[in-house]
Amino acid sequence: MSNNRLLWLPLAGFLVLVVIVAVAMWRPADRTVRSALVGHPMPAVALQPIVPGKPGIEPGRFARGRPRLVNIFASWCIPCAAEAPQLLRLKAMGVPIDAIAVKDTTGAVQDFLARYGDPYDAIGSDPASAVQFALGSSGVPETFIVDGEGKIIDQHVGDIRADEVDALAARVKALP
Amino acid sequence: MRGAALLLLLIVATPAVANTPLPSQRLANTELPDPAQEARARGLMETLRCLVCQGQSIADSDAAMAGDMRALVRQRVAAGEESGAIRSWLVSRYGDYVSYDPPLSRATWPLYLAPIALLLIGVALARVSFRRRR
Repeated sequence: MSNNRLLWLPLAGFLVLVVIVAVAMWRPADRTVRSALVGHPMPAVALQPIVPGKPGIEPGRFARGRPRLVNIFASWCIPCAAEAPQLLRLKAMGVPIDAIAVKDTTGAVQDFLARYGDPYDAIGSDPASAVQFALGSSGVPETFIVDGEGKIIDQHVGDIRADEVDALAARVKALP
Repeated sequence: MRGAALLLLLIVATPAVANTPLPSQRLANTELPDPAQEARARGLMETLRCLVCQGQSIADSDAAMAGDMRALVRQRVAAGEESGAIRSWLVSRYGDYVSYDPPLSRATWPLYLAPIALLLIGVALARVSFRRRR
């Protein structure tokens, strides 16, 4: 009698496996790598300017009482070009935006800004991805929301879409 | 004919995903002069996950970002930093995800205990079936 019941055990195990696989297929896991620095202060980074006439990023820049976005971009990144109109709109709404240009050259960044517009107050050059690693960023574009004391409030992975602009601007403006 | 010509065009098409114009860093693909340091860097690189390819270690990946991370590892090893310190610096940025050597934690204990549990079940099964045969 008890042996008969044991006979069903492998089938039950198999069904459990089927359910696990089916759930994972309907709802794939989120593979986005997020920065572990959210909720922590921005690392004190110093980045050389990459475009003449626009400052780079000096340590302490993010702790001057004005919340801002820090956009990590590159002229060679296509989603960054797609994101440009949204950043211009954010700037027009009064949101200050600084940038970190990853593995880029002066000429290429100048072309990029001439073609897609320039929403940035400052652009620091990160030729060896060193600052990208220091920030826990794993690609371009990414945007960090930083409060007036220099604390990272959130990280937006990937390009900012048109329907996300209003909420993002409201969030930055509500920060201390 | 026209189809063939269109297919040929694919050969000269540029990829949609662009890459940086900058050359890769020297230490991304050059070994450290000291073999002991290089071995230590290599060991660490094999247990760090490439962030853009995810299924590969940075030692195995050709991605530009993996190259930069190899250069970072080699620079820090050459500067005398401990492997554990370099790993925890990266973990403090990216979480345990970046490491292929996960610590024992609430999320990972089944990984470590499952083999032991399965081994015990196997021993129990074997004992039962050997006893039956006698």
